[in-house]
Amino acid sequence: MVERLVRKKDFYAGGLMILFGLVMSLKGPSYRLGSLMHMGPGFLPTALGVLLICLGLAVGAGSLSTADGEEEDILPENREWLAWGCILASPLAFMLFGAYFGMAPGTFACVFVASMGDREATLKGSLILSAFVTFFGVALFSYLLQIPMPILTWRGL
Amino acid sequence: MIGTAFTDLWYGFGVALEPHNIMWCFVGVLVGNMVGVLPGMGPLATISILLPLTFGIKPVGAILMLAGVMYGAQYGGAICSVLLNLPCHPPHAVTCLDGFPMTKAGRGGAALGATVFASFVGASWGITEMIFLAPVLVRVAMEFGPAEICSLMLLGLLAGSTLARGSPVKGVAMTVLGLMLGIVGTDIETGSERFTFGMTHLDDGIELIALALGLFGIGEFMNSVNQVSTVNAKYAHVTLKDMRPSREEMRRTIGPMFRGTLIGSLCSLIPGTGPTIASFVAYATEKKLSKTPEKFGTGMIEGVVCPEAATHSSIQGDFIPTMSLGIPGDAVMALLLGALMIQGIVPGPQLIKEHPDIFWGLVASFWIGNILLVILNVPLIGVWVKLLTIPYKYLYPSAMFFACIGVYAANNDMFQVGEMAVIGFVGYVLLRLGFHPAPILLGFVLGPRFEENFRRAMLISRGDIMVFIERPISAVFIALCVLLLGLQVYVRLRPKKPGDIVVPAAAE
Repeated sequence: MVERLVRKKDFYAGGLMILFGLVMSLKGPSYRLGSLMHMGPGFLPTALGVLLICLGLAVGAGSLSTADGEEEDILPENREWLAWGCILASPLAFMLFGAYFGMAPGTFACVFVASMGDREATLKGSLILSAFVTFFGVALFSYLLQIPMPILTWRGL
Repeated sequence: MIGTAFTDLWYGFGVALEPHNIMWCFVGVLVGNMVGVLPGMGPLATISILLPLTFGIKPVGAILMLAGVMYGAQYGGAICSVLLNLPCHPPHAVTCLDGFPMTKAGRGGAALGATVFASFVGASWGITEMIFLAPVLVRVAMEFGPAEICSLMLLGLLAGSTLARGSPVKGVAMTVLGLMLGIVGTDIETGSERFTFGMTHLDDGIELIALALGLFGIGEFMNSVNQVSTVNAKYAHVTLKDMRPSREEMRRTIGPMFRGTLIGSLCSLIPGTGPTIASFVAYATEKKLSKTPEKFGTGMIEGVVCPEAATHSSIQGDFIPTMSLGIPGDAVMALLLGALMIQGIVPGPQLIKEHPDIFWGLVASFWIGNILLVILNVPLIGVWVKLLTIPYKYLYPSAMFFACIGVYAANNDMFQVGEMAVIGFVGYVLLRLGFHPAPILLGFVLGPRFEENFRRAMLISRGDIMVFIERPISAVFIALCVLLLGLQVYVRLRPKKPGDIVVPAAAE
């Protein structure tokens, strides 16, 4: 039975919910539970955690009732590791470059990193796109909308 | 009653027609229409990006603009479906079935023309409904104590999570997760910090914008990157002249248009059944009523007009519980409610009385916005078609920048940009595991109010949990909850009939 389970998407879905539920229901009581009449800050998180564990069990158990199908892959057919990495790295690039060098370098880095995720991306194309977005982005957000963030700065390393 | 409604509406037009409000409404519908056309950009992501930019403007202008994005996107989505066979937005998935064959036959312009007209009729009906129903609901809701509010929220949350797409159990799990995320931060009553894990940045809770952009921005980009093929726009040549339906087509649209409107407004009254379900039911009904059901799917104008009218009437109707009770029906409404709360406005039955400018201004702006959309769509159709050909590889990096700067601008806090990235990653994992992230937002927005009212109800009843069943109004809501869950179980266990309409999950 376990062998059948580990091939099911819902097994992992339920497992993840149980994990979240465990974190909530184990951490919850440390915030003081209180009584039903005078609920403490830990009451609802603990209750929700227990509920989520039950729901996780239901989702996981539901995976037993369905037939083995081919649509049980968690990852999609085309695995875009590079693109996923680029998209997730893009906000981090914005944070890093934005905090140390200002809005313009942050924008440039953010767009450049994100655009490299596309399969047809070329270095030149990405550079042009980043420059374009940086120019208009800074004009819009810094001059028109007055977002308090320096355009160019040097905060040392 | 009709007299006061007209006075209030008159006042609303006064508010909505103030120059700066009209401008924000125009910006909203224009942006909405644009993103509705662009494949891979939904109204949710757009509203979240625009949200931080509205902090500087007055609440009325802000909400008019954000609402404009919401219904403007529906007009754009129809263009996408009819001309390109791309169901960018779930409610328009059925429009493709007959819209695209019409385009192939050279009648795409006429289909769009009829759609714009039907949408306007549908929306107008929805707005009228809002004018008369919302004040009635408010009068009832004013009597509610904490126990009733709690049960009502429970009903709203359950309906929002089980009636949407996908497995109901997973939907409820997402709602619970959302409620949980709403708890993160400092507890209002005791001041103790919950689930911050020592990070002072989390003291004020998770930022709504970071959550929405993570789930619906980053999660969505990860899902569509390198999957969106270049748009085939070879049929998409529409000029203004093509948009006039022939007299025969016009005659055929009248019936479906009103039936669609009616179905849409009925669907909007049931919490949780949003525009997507309305448009699918409308299409199925039209097919059943037609004398030539076998012709559906080959370019019947009835199959285009009816779902579109239903979508628009249901979208306007969705505003009723959101604005009058403070209970959002879906994720977009939850986001709009969140926008109001950021502006310092407490949602709930007292909203219409305390902020009549917001409520009646919004109602009036719906009409102005819909008229603007009709005006925008007819001559600008060529521009929208051009927009469709923007490749995704330029679109998503630019959108990433807008998301980053938007989250940053909300509180001038770089931490929240990272928060968005983490939420985006988790959101994508959840999406891959077959969870739909929309109920998370519902739970998140309602979470704090739910906890507050639950505590209060328990305090008043001296810790007696039976209070939810003993008070009659609350008992009705709880009974409805049980009925809803019972129906779900029944539908699941019942053997599938071949004629059932299945909402395609691909139309995300």
